[in-house]
Amino acid sequence: MKVVVCVKQIPDPNTTGQLDPTTHLLKREGVEVVLDPGDEFGVEAGLQLVEAQGGEVTVVSMGPERGVDAVRKALAMGAAKGVLISDDALRGSDALTTARVLAAAIRREGFDLVITATESTDGYTGVVPQMIAELLDVPAVTFAKTLEVDGTTLKVKRQTEAGFDLVESALPAVVSVTAGVNEPRYPSLKGIMGAKSKPLDRLTPGDLGLDGAGGGTAGQGITGVEPAPQRAAGSIVKDDGEGYKLIADFLAEKKVI
Amino acid sequence: MPFSAEHDALRETVRDFVARELRPHADEWEAAEGFPDSVFTRMGELGLLGLRYPERYGGQGGDYFSAIVLAEEMARCGSGGVGMAISVHTEMATPPILRWGTEDQKQRYLVPAIRGEKIAALGITEPDAGSDVANIRTRAERVDGHWRINGSKLYITNGVRCDFILLVARTGSQEDGAHGITLFLVDKKLPGFSVSRKLKKLGMHSSDTAELSFNDVEVGDDAVLGEVGQGFYNLMWELQGERLIGSAGSIAAAEVAFEETLKWCKEREAFGRPIGKFQVNRHKLVDLYTEITVAKNFVYSIAERWDRDEYPVTEISMAKLLVGRVTTQVADTCLQLHGGMGYMAESGISRYFRDSRLIRIGGGTDEVMKEIIAKTALGL
Repeated sequence: MKVVVCVKQIPDPNTTGQLDPTTHLLKREGVEVVLDPGDEFGVEAGLQLVEAQGGEVTVVSMGPERGVDAVRKALAMGAAKGVLISDDALRGSDALTTARVLAAAIRREGFDLVITATESTDGYTGVVPQMIAELLDVPAVTFAKTLEVDGTTLKVKRQTEAGFDLVESALPAVVSVTAGVNEPRYPSLKGIMGAKSKPLDRLTPGDLGLDGAGGGTAGQGITGVEPAPQRAAGSIVKDDGEGYKLIADFLAEKKVI
Repeated sequence: MPFSAEHDALRETVRDFVARELRPHADEWEAAEGFPDSVFTRMGELGLLGLRYPERYGGQGGDYFSAIVLAEEMARCGSGGVGMAISVHTEMATPPILRWGTEDQKQRYLVPAIRGEKIAALGITEPDAGSDVANIRTRAERVDGHWRINGSKLYITNGVRCDFILLVARTGSQEDGAHGITLFLVDKKLPGFSVSRKLKKLGMHSSDTAELSFNDVEVGDDAVLGEVGQGFYNLMWELQGERLIGSAGSIAAAEVAFEETLKWCKEREAFGRPIGKFQVNRHKLVDLYTEITVAKNFVYSIAERWDRDEYPVTEISMAKLLVGRVTTQVADTCLQLHGGMGYMAESGISRYFRDSRLIRIGGGTDEVMKEIIAKTALGL
């Protein structure tokens, strides 16, 4: 089975992100960057599938040159091949451009199953997986909390607000996995050393036949960014023995009780 | 810097592992005065117990700096005893097996130790001899083609939980001194091998430290590690590795304590400003930062030579002496800067203060280091 996992390098989520004041883009230079922790679940899911059923995992990433570290980490975890698409024109790409680039790279690799996170931990648009599926003309199965492949059928427990749905889909397909679908492995030293000699293609959008606006360049632009409004000061209830009434009235007014 | 991109990636692996699987349990393990054996099996599973051992024995095939990365990152686990127990296992009790062990000994001890399935201890110190190794009294006598061991060992890390011990015993007469000493690999389950007691310590609370006794413990020739009578000299080699990795781990722990103290000094306010902004404190922090950096880089420079299979005894002794000195200063100053909070048992800095004192004693005292340097470098 050929599994392609989409990964992204993001500023370390344990640090506070900063926006560039002129471009309004997230600052990626001069900050610690890591493989998106959400993507580690996808890589692990892919590795578990191919370890059980044969085949290999290819990781595909779009991002600046230094994004190669994130791809290498996935290779150190056990993926067989990496693809990184970089180009200055891709800076600040919107979700659709990202999906176009990734879909083109995935098509070039060939696939039975594409695995993604449900959303990136920096941009949070949460629409790229579905867009990739549409561009590849295959089903999108989202929010998988478990997944298995039986022959050419993908079986997924899809997380819902109330519980989960059992979803089956024919392969090829795109599946997005939630955090907690598995426990991602730590790359071993042997894996880290081995990753150095694994194939890693470094491409530009041109290599994928994507040139010009709407192809390999950013589509949407950010025209302005405003801070979230300050929260209004709350009111303080002084309890002189009757404070509970005021709180009950307040909750009743808000229709909470 | 001696670290490559691969070392950095390994560091990320160990740091994540420590943060997720060790750090959250540190307080519990300190209070319980012990951590579970599963830490060994888990680390074995992750390949962390055999970073610089050959792949044919289940190791990861890395260099000495991969072991340094492990020691440095274990210093972030919040409990000095955990890092020490692992260090005794991977860098003290098992390297001699790789170096002098027969293939059979490697299969029986090294391979399961790397997997974390057998826990190793190292038995040197006795009630009447520690730094004075040539004077040990635990005896292994030749009886009917076997060796019969009698004696006791004290302050043995992993002593309660170990599956086997690398034991230093006298096979010659007491007058033979250093020439009459042999190393043995002894299984804990053998009749006559028992734990006399688990010892209470000033610090390193999560590490198990035991007094062990040997009463007519019988082993065969296949338990002898290296040659009979060569034990003292082989042990001297082991001690260099022990002192070097101990220095690396200790200076890393000093760095962690310093980082925490620096953060505290930026947050804690007194008289209207962060305490780190007072010149008297700022200069203290600069002194610590400078000394930690110098000591760490001195350790790295020796580690590079150790990795090339050189034998820099003088410099290793100097490194341990220096690290001990810097550590004492870091521990005292960091506790002082934390004020009342630093004196509280639950604060990380008071734990560090207790844990850190050991480096000046374990693996040979400061005084022994000075004697070695006087003899090897100064001709005194």
